[in-house]
Amino acid sequence: MTGPMVKISGLTRRFGDLAAVDNIDLEIRPGELFSILGGSGSGKTTLLRMLAGFETPTAGSIFIDGVDMTSVPPYERPVNMMFQSYALFPHMTVEQNVAYGLKKQGMPVAEINERVMAMLDKVRLGALARRKPAALSGGESQRVALARALVKRPKLLLLDEPLAALDKKLRQHTQFELMNLQDELGVTFVVVTHDQEEAMTLSNRIAVMNRGRLEQVGTPGEIYEYPANRFVADFIGNVNLVQATVTTVESGAVVLDCPEAGGQMLAAQDASSPVAGEHLWVAVRPEKITISKEDPGGGQRNVFRGVVHDLGYFGNLSVYRVELSSGKILQVSGQNRVRTAKKTVEWDDEVFISWDMNSAILLKD
Amino acid sequence: MISSFKRGDGRRQWLRAAVAVPYLWLLLFFLAPFAIIIKISLADPLLALPPFTPLFDWAAAGWQKIQVTVDNYLFLFQDGYYAIIYLSSVKLAAISTLLCLLLGYPMAYYIARQPQRRRNLLLLGIILPFWISFLLRVYAWIGLLNTHGVINNFLLWLGLIDQPLTLIYNDFAVYLGIVYSYLPFMVLPLYANLEKQNLDLQDAAADLGARRWQTFLDITLPLSRPGIIAGCLLVFIPAIGEFIIPALLGGSDTLMIGRVLWDEFFINRDWPVASAVSVVLLLILVVPMMWFQRVQSRVDGGAA
Repeated sequence: MTGPMVKISGLTRRFGDLAAVDNIDLEIRPGELFSILGGSGSGKTTLLRMLAGFETPTAGSIFIDGVDMTSVPPYERPVNMMFQSYALFPHMTVEQNVAYGLKKQGMPVAEINERVMAMLDKVRLGALARRKPAALSGGESQRVALARALVKRPKLLLLDEPLAALDKKLRQHTQFELMNLQDELGVTFVVVTHDQEEAMTLSNRIAVMNRGRLEQVGTPGEIYEYPANRFVADFIGNVNLVQATVTTVESGAVVLDCPEAGGQMLAAQDASSPVAGEHLWVAVRPEKITISKEDPGGGQRNVFRGVVHDLGYFGNLSVYRVELSSGKILQVSGQNRVRTAKKTVEWDDEVFISWDMNSAILLKD
Repeated sequence: MISSFKRGDGRRQWLRAAVAVPYLWLLLFFLAPFAIIIKISLADPLLALPPFTPLFDWAAAGWQKIQVTVDNYLFLFQDGYYAIIYLSSVKLAAISTLLCLLLGYPMAYYIARQPQRRRNLLLLGIILPFWISFLLRVYAWIGLLNTHGVINNFLLWLGLIDQPLTLIYNDFAVYLGIVYSYLPFMVLPLYANLEKQNLDLQDAAADLGARRWQTFLDITLPLSRPGIIAGCLLVFIPAIGEFIIPALLGGSDTLMIGRVLWDEFFINRDWPVASAVSVVLLLILVVPMMWFQRVQSRVDGGAA
């Protein structure tokens, strides 16, 4: 089996005039933990519901494991879903909930019981088999929902905001549990989430979705360090964005005129191959910027002077908002490596901020 | 702390008083007439005003002054006529309830799955008949069902029949009247239940391999049981004692307890037997109510 597990081509879903999903092409590989990341109204849930079979595409096709599933009803797809609300059947016990899918499949009772118990043990719920969902905690309900979706051994497991309803501590723990389970079972996971941190830590690859379209598909590292456009750069993590015009391009370095920051900037030439006179955006992540009281100098570095406008101390790191002479405010963050109760940089201090030209991202749109 | 505690306490007392007043009112005006009915049911009939013997005979001395008789109840059990009437009332009410359920469930389900605006409009349609007096609506059915009524005239005009059909003064008309009048009482509690069901549950069932009818039988129907029971009680209880519909639309052979009560009170002027009839009716109604209470507490109980 070398082909993709999911192959989506030209997929579109319209509600009246609005295209919730707009002409999407996407391939998801077998065994992958794939995330679809987007804000509310981005179309990510509609896309997931089309994979499950709850929504019929207006146009385009969905192939799952090489079979055309575009108009196959949900009860005949080799796909199971874990709902954001968990959607546990309240009148059935944990055991009955997990057994439901196998029962509908017509599996012999003895085999059902065996499979259900094995699955419940895997998610550490064996002791709660006879409880009703109302008597479960949030984390337990989440694991029942997961067990119920996995017990049919689907080719594809869809997870709609799997961690959104859990509190922060439990979320981290569950996240690793999900990853281990996925690793162990080898099922392809497709996770829909609005939480970029969740997507970053959980997935092999991420698709960033906005207004029904895919803005970028890539590994978490690619998406973070090499965003394709301003939307992705801004949506994932924090970023400083300034408008600039290309002055010259020479031997791998791009020189930009940036009135917004009150000076010239250097950036490494990347795949975008800019030309002189072109208007661009320069994006710099806060943690790529160094803050100091002395001029760091250096030819390859962009150095700007400014005043500390705002300062946030988070223990492990500090976040500074530095106002440049042009009035532009840039965000800088730094690890607090030295153990001291005194701050080296204070409010209203005059500082130098600098970043390497390789840290600047050039974005055309 | 102490002052705020006291204030909260005072508010609770106000709330208690606000709830207690209507409850006392209901209790008083349920218990008082009921006590009077029980009292009359234990008396002997008299040709006097009031037409029954008093509970306390002031003329006699000592404990003998309390006169009580169970003759009226014995009479009810010995005369097969009453058993037949109770049974036929239960049958009529039960069949009407079932018909209301069969008609009302799809209606409630359909309304609950519509977009919000359509839903309100459709609900208004269910409630609209209440804007006209109940009595007038039942009278309207006479005009529709009469031998020379709207329906017969229309069918004659179409040439589908050449003799008017007997549509009124029989059990058919009574069923029609009861189902028509009580359908909203079935639809509304069912709607309230179906509307708050999580639609993800249906998707989840489909996702796990259930076809639409399986999803309905496995998920939607069992979860709507409290709505079904509430609707059935709201139809069954008033239907069993219904007087106006059988009196106006029923024939002389339509036996319903409401009519018997009327006859005993106002035609035979046998108030003690009439009272006994209504006490027994109440006991018949208490049974399904208690069953409902038990089912409800089991559903709420959670763990099996």
